[in-house]
Amino acid sequence: MSEMTYRDALNLALKEELRRDPSVVLWGEDVALYEGSFKVTRGLLAEFGEERIKDTPISENTIVGVAVGAAMGGLRPVAELMTVNFALLAMDQIINHMAKIRSMFGGQTFLPMVVRMPGGGGSQLAAQHSQSLESYFMHCPGLHIAYPATPADAKGLLKSAIRDNNPVIFLEHELLYNSKGEVPDDPEFLVPFGRANIIRSGTDVTIVAYARMSILALQAAGELEKEGVSCEVIDLRTLSPLDSETFIASARKTGRAVVVEECWGTAGLGGDIAHRIHEACFDNLLAPVRRVSGLDVPMPYSRKIEKICIPRAETIADAVREVVGRKY
Amino acid sequence: METRLRATLPDQELLKLYEQMVLSREFEESCAEQYTKGHITGFLHLYSGQEAVAVGATAGLHKDDYILSAYREHAQAIVRGADPRRVMAELFGKATGVCKGKGGSMHLFDPALNFMGGYAIVGGQFPIAVGLAFAAKYRQEDRIAACFFGDGAVNQGTFHESLNWARLWELPVLFICENNFYGIGTEVHRSSALASIHKRTCGYDIPSEKVDGMDVVAVYKAIKYAAEKVRETSHPYFIEAVTYRFRGHSMADPAKYRSVAEHEVWKSRDPIPALAKRLVAEEITTDEHLAGIRNKCLALVQEAVKFAEESPWPEDSEVYNDIYV
Repeated sequence: MSEMTYRDALNLALKEELRRDPSVVLWGEDVALYEGSFKVTRGLLAEFGEERIKDTPISENTIVGVAVGAAMGGLRPVAELMTVNFALLAMDQIINHMAKIRSMFGGQTFLPMVVRMPGGGGSQLAAQHSQSLESYFMHCPGLHIAYPATPADAKGLLKSAIRDNNPVIFLEHELLYNSKGEVPDDPEFLVPFGRANIIRSGTDVTIVAYARMSILALQAAGELEKEGVSCEVIDLRTLSPLDSETFIASARKTGRAVVVEECWGTAGLGGDIAHRIHEACFDNLLAPVRRVSGLDVPMPYSRKIEKICIPRAETIADAVREVVGRKY
Repeated sequence: METRLRATLPDQELLKLYEQMVLSREFEESCAEQYTKGHITGFLHLYSGQEAVAVGATAGLHKDDYILSAYREHAQAIVRGADPRRVMAELFGKATGVCKGKGGSMHLFDPALNFMGGYAIVGGQFPIAVGLAFAAKYRQEDRIAACFFGDGAVNQGTFHESLNWARLWELPVLFICENNFYGIGTEVHRSSALASIHKRTCGYDIPSEKVDGMDVVAVYKAIKYAAEKVRETSHPYFIEAVTYRFRGHSMADPAKYRSVAEHEVWKSRDPIPALAKRLVAEEITTDEHLAGIRNKCLALVQEAVKFAEESPWPEDSEVYNDIYV
């Protein structure tokens, strides 16, 4: 185990997989010479050379499409979109091609590719640079989606993503890049897709979350413990495949659930998860499932009002208090 | 002036070009009939009139070269070697289709033939062709990616992004524009500021030329030359083949935006009788032999229809297969 940041854990995962498999190639805007806007690709050009680590033009749709073609041609491309917001320019290649090709061509090919994209709000970057678009991807069959919360998962999930024979959307939270944690040194350390992590055990209420929301849920659970409320926190790790079994079993046990999503609440993934819990656990539930979501507004710039648009530990704690019947 | 056929290819190869064009035409005309009978549903875009492009181009490529196309791609797949029976079964939506009935007319695919797909989002295939070319170059494979598209695709962002990218990374992509003058009902000069499409590549420092897309031998020669250039230099090249579709954009389109006179002019340049005339004039073959080829193609198409009709539908459980590995 070594202590490292989420950023360095991602960097290590990339390095290990590039060393392990010569079919892994990496490209994106400013990923090579500039070493990445968030420095996740630091040192890669120096170690692996310009044949494998490539700067691209600012052409997001083609960044993804070239990866689709390269994957079909026998490589394992890892494409980086500078932020998830720019994935909107690549939605044709992501939704119409990357997610469809295997199925519409009758299973005759597969796309072992990863599209990495940092995202999330909270850095006062205003409406066009603060989005959480995970529900957009999750709505579409054909994609795997990972969104790590911790440095260890960042490493283990990214390595699994690169080895996955399915196309993977790999989301990274910009506010987690500097977070630190213990990360296994083993170059064969992999975190499997489709297995949620119970990051805190509890008995009174289940909190289902992902990425930065899982970290906030842990903070809320710490506060609630002082009030005598025992929270079980489930970090989804991957949104596709979605490990419904784990959160359903937990909600059945605790009888209460709060679902936390950073994205907008309307038609957001939290509604789907809450529905799955209601449907599977109706007879066990002691209260309706609550959702904590990003506010349904374009993100404002000013930090004073931006803050209230994104779920916080306090808003999560308040939702838990409501489902356990202690309104404040 | 037309080149003498004999100066370009051996007799047997020339006859093969003829046969492939006839097979493509008969296949498409049969599709139209099956569509009106309700056996083929959904969108159906027919290639009749443009055969010289697919046939001439395919002959100018190597078998290892990748081919990608848009949604008017039956001929490209069949000429590459796809079994007409399984292509027809795909159009019928049957389990025996090349894509198990999941792709249909617009999404034929056969990796064993390096036929890497028909794509139905205009311009969607550009970056994929670039990616395949990158993979081939990275893996040091002796192959190029030939990317077919229509005149309507040249105003998509991916066209410009991919031309720039292919040149910047020095990738072996052969761009083949089939200019049939109409993006559905919008004529080229109404959608492109510069209607002479091959000239647009100067912005990306990609050599280009225009070829008569109604002359199969001219297409063959242009593609062969271009493909070898791409192979030698690992730089992209661009061919604009000027052609015409004899039918509407799709079966739903009566093509009222084109004049009868214009249509007649192009019909008089039909690439199939044009080649037949030259083959006979140069005494490469006889009318009787050509009639025999037509009959053979007709029989193949009839067999394809029979195969498609008799094939089973996909099982309902099949919907969940082939989405993930």
